[in-house]
Amino acid sequence: MADGRRETVKGNNSDVWLVVPLYNEGQVIAEVVSEAIETFSNIVCVDDGSTDASAQLAREAGAYVVRHPINLGQGAALQTGFDFVKMSATAKYVVTFDSDGQHRVEDALAMVGRLRTEPLDVVLGSRFLDGRTRPGLPKRIVLKAAVGFTNITTGVKLTDAHNGLRAISVAALSKFRIRQNRMAHASEFVGFLRKAHLRYAEEPVHIIYTEYSKTKGQSLWNSVNIVVDLWMR
Amino acid sequence: MGSQVVIKVILLVGIGLVGLLILWPGAGARRTALRRIGLLCLTLIAALAVVFPQISNEMASFVGVGRGADLLLYGLVVVFIGYVIATRVHHNRIDNQLTELARAQALASAPNPNQPPN
Repeated sequence: MADGRRETVKGNNSDVWLVVPLYNEGQVIAEVVSEAIETFSNIVCVDDGSTDASAQLAREAGAYVVRHPINLGQGAALQTGFDFVKMSATAKYVVTFDSDGQHRVEDALAMVGRLRTEPLDVVLGSRFLDGRTRPGLPKRIVLKAAVGFTNITTGVKLTDAHNGLRAISVAALSKFRIRQNRMAHASEFVGFLRKAHLRYAEEPVHIIYTEYSKTKGQSLWNSVNIVVDLWMR
Repeated sequence: MGSQVVIKVILLVGIGLVGLLILWPGAGARRTALRRIGLLCLTLIAALAVVFPQISNEMASFVGVGRGADLLLYGLVVVFIGYVIATRVHHNRIDNQLTELARAQALASAPNPNQPPN
């Protein structure tokens, strides 16, 4: 029955894969997958060594699940997801999508739409292109500083460097490989835009800061770790 | 201040050498050999400092440092910095290998994306 329904909605997005890094999100992952699968029938959750039932819940909600035997970090999970999607014969686009419910499916859809109609390899979500997303002041300062840092070190001009919502053409996936296993992969990815000569654009997106995502979200201390990770590698 | 120029130069050169040794690209065999030679020299110096403590004192006053113990401490700091960086580099390499291994294992037991899940 579930399969029959999936066939009907598969429609225009059967060439799109959502790559969802998953680490101990048992509270919300079933809902996130169930909602997204209405629009995107192909979802791969890369379970990054979760110690809760995340993987099982994602599978039951209809996602493909690839499991890291140990916890490696979000960057590593994304690259594993990309490698998985490359094995698909029909994939044309991937969307990196957070597992904690802070990304909106309609934003992902709009970003894929731009890849379909415009000569682009990558569409990056940005929280700061319009005024809808309202992070708290400390978070805003750190995010802005991160953007400045990333723009200076990579030479790419962006308004939001650490947004997990991105749409990428599968053809572009072979032009880079994420080596930053942990959070610094976002800055690393921005660097690829220039190094691999990817055509990119930003798309305004709305991030839903729920109480859940706030408590699960990145600690501001992580900005220090990101800078060190980037420098040390 | 002026009398300590010698030791400052020596320590900076030491730090530079440590960095060079670690960051030097190319053959793994040569790097491993250099590291082992360096360790051997270090051991010999340590042994000499134990047997002839006056040597370290003489060396210290020669380069403008108060006591031999201070000179040993400075040397230790340089060696320690080198050790930290070398360990970090080694750790990163192991990390990369572990990642690729874990990824290969994950993909080997992954479902086929060309078939329905489960």
